[in-house]
Amino acid sequence: MSEHHKETFLTKYVFSLDHKMIAKQFLITGMFMGVIGMLMSILFRLQLSNPGESFAVLEFFLGEKWAPGGVLDPNIYLALVTMHGTILIFWVLTAGLTGTFANFLIPLQIGARDMASGFMNMLSYWFFFAATIVLLYSLFVESGPAAAGWTIYPPLSALPQAIPGSGLGQDLWLIAITLFVVSSLLGGLNYIVTILNMRTKGMTMSRLPLTIWALLIVAILGVLSFPVLLSCALLLIFDRSFGTSFYLSDIIINGEALHNTGGSPILFEHLFWFLGHPEVYIILLPALGIVSEVISVNSRKPIFGYKAMVGALILIAFLSFVVWGHHMFITGMDPFLGSVFTFTTLLIAIPSAVKVFNYLATLWRANIRFTPAMLFAIGFVSTFITGGLTGIILGDSALDINVHDTYFVVGHFHIVMGLSAIYGMLAGVYHWFPKMYGRMMNKKLGYFHFWVTFISAYGVFFPMHFLGLAGLPRRYYTNSAFPMFDGLSDINEVITFFAIIGGLVQLLFIFNFFYSIFKGTKATENPWGSNTLEWTTPVERIHGNWPGEIPTVERWAYDYSKPGADQDFVPQNVPLKEGETEH
Amino acid sequence: MQLNLKKNKASKQLLWIGIVSIVMFFGGLTSAYIVRKAEGGWLEFEMPVWFTISTVAIVVSSALLLFAAQNVKAGKSGTSLLLGTLLLGILFSFSQIQGWGDLVAQGVYLTGEGSNASGSFIYAITLMHLLHLIGGLIALTITTIKSKIGKYTKDNYLGIQLVSIYWHFLGLLWLYLFLFFTYS
Repeated sequence: MSEHHKETFLTKYVFSLDHKMIAKQFLITGMFMGVIGMLMSILFRLQLSNPGESFAVLEFFLGEKWAPGGVLDPNIYLALVTMHGTILIFWVLTAGLTGTFANFLIPLQIGARDMASGFMNMLSYWFFFAATIVLLYSLFVESGPAAAGWTIYPPLSALPQAIPGSGLGQDLWLIAITLFVVSSLLGGLNYIVTILNMRTKGMTMSRLPLTIWALLIVAILGVLSFPVLLSCALLLIFDRSFGTSFYLSDIIINGEALHNTGGSPILFEHLFWFLGHPEVYIILLPALGIVSEVISVNSRKPIFGYKAMVGALILIAFLSFVVWGHHMFITGMDPFLGSVFTFTTLLIAIPSAVKVFNYLATLWRANIRFTPAMLFAIGFVSTFITGGLTGIILGDSALDINVHDTYFVVGHFHIVMGLSAIYGMLAGVYHWFPKMYGRMMNKKLGYFHFWVTFISAYGVFFPMHFLGLAGLPRRYYTNSAFPMFDGLSDINEVITFFAIIGGLVQLLFIFNFFYSIFKGTKATENPWGSNTLEWTTPVERIHGNWPGEIPTVERWAYDYSKPGADQDFVPQNVPLKEGETEH
Repeated sequence: MQLNLKKNKASKQLLWIGIVSIVMFFGGLTSAYIVRKAEGGWLEFEMPVWFTISTVAIVVSSALLLFAAQNVKAGKSGTSLLLGTLLLGILFSFSQIQGWGDLVAQGVYLTGEGSNASGSFIYAITLMHLLHLIGGLIALTITTIKSKIGKYTKDNYLGIQLVSIYWHFLGLLWLYLFLFFTYS
């Protein structure tokens, strides 16, 4: 029975219920936002390497108002940093990453015709789209977009009269993020129910590809942590708009004493980081899943320690809920409590090390195919290690106090969370592009993209650790106000140089992406020789995924180079031979 | 039939997971309440009598809904009991608003001069509960109408099952909040 039916332009490309189309909508929206977020970082990097200097490019993008004479205005500097963080964390690495791969891979890899609720899925995208419009609109309001950081700490975010960015821009930010959370919850509910109920015959939980395990755990994390962000934002909205005192106390602003008493901004931090830390893993886990898949396929070897990989994912997810205090070591926290958070934080090193060990063991003596996807997956392992190691320093309260709020932190989280997740996402795009669009991406451009990205990304974030160790505070508009940091200006120039190179090469990727959609070489059904079910679907996109019956699963997803097999891969729907044992 | 059962199970799971996220939302709010209270400068006041009436209304409404579901399961009509549940739900909402009026009369304000976080929390949290309950009222209204026009049979009454899960949850949530405000 074919599930395919006639579609109009509107139902096919716009209000589509097909999970594959919704995945592409998330991906392209995420890429669009990624370009904007990246451009913002380059604009404020120009100010950080050349404080107070005039740049035509600043005036071109920001206009006479925010860059008078080509010099970046301090208020817009704060706004750019805020929007860069917000866009990259939520729009690109949460919705762009999970939205794309959960929608695309869950039904295809578990053997389902579509999501449990196609309608909720479509709604999830359109809430995200609405959130995007509101956020983009906030860039153009008179007082500028939100400027209190992506962490929106009060009182800066709670007092509309504080700085220009605390006004309408902050309201729009809160509206956008509320729409975003609704979108995430609708998506997450759907992912969980689909994975639990709609697996094809034979697809037991212990045969699930690791991508699906990761996406399942991410959805659970989201359902548990995003509502807490909403409750945190709700109280902030009450403080901002109705004058309550949840987070505010004893404030004098512009000579006027406010009536608020007894509120606590630390309370906000507790609530915020209860979401905020799981959010780090909401970003990272899908990348871990994708990388597991890509490394195994391109190593032509079963993933090493499948059960340990699943266990590590679950343990990381669990621990992510009990470590939020490590963001707050300098808030006057009881040192005993600090040591508890240090302990729980350092525990995360164990499952993380399990993952890294298993990746390396999978690569060990493998017949590696260095596709662009594989290079990005190996790049992920690299950044996961380098970024993870500095996490041990920051997770220790005694050490963190020395480098807190310096560029050391910026270097750390950009490598371990930003780069790792971006590499995971790029690996996923290169790997599943043939299944998404029926064509191959250009390999040579892919290699060039990888190497320039890899080198320039380290060029940006590695030196930041030295800036941080020297004490340079993050979030400051200028580095030239303190003579003690004058000697660091060369490092800042190097960072900005690599940021520009790294930014430009992403345009090449985008060119490759869109060019290949129309002009790439035609893909075969299973170009990578992969075992998972999505590669048993036809190249042509059809609603319902398989033209005939849904395949039955007979084995796990990692039978690569299995002794006695005819080829170096055995797809999941191939029955066991007589006398063959399951892995 | 097989497909239907699978769909029913999936719908219930969707609802349960949704409920888990609502629990996290209120968990966040009430833990904020505890943390803030521990910091001192906390205004103590009496819970309005109207909130007790709310409690009675929602408990009785849950009982009626339970009987409604049993009736439908036994092949009888549940319409009048569903209607009773709906009316008690409306009474609950009315008594919440009256309760806020009582608080204002006691000098407990949401905001402005003389307001205190203890009062602000009560207003914010009960308002959020009421918003969730209004969602339940809409669902109950639809279910009642569908029941009236005979959409449910003893083999197929998923709508009533779903609305029951949500409504009982809202009742339990209110009981938790009421006891929390009274005794914490």
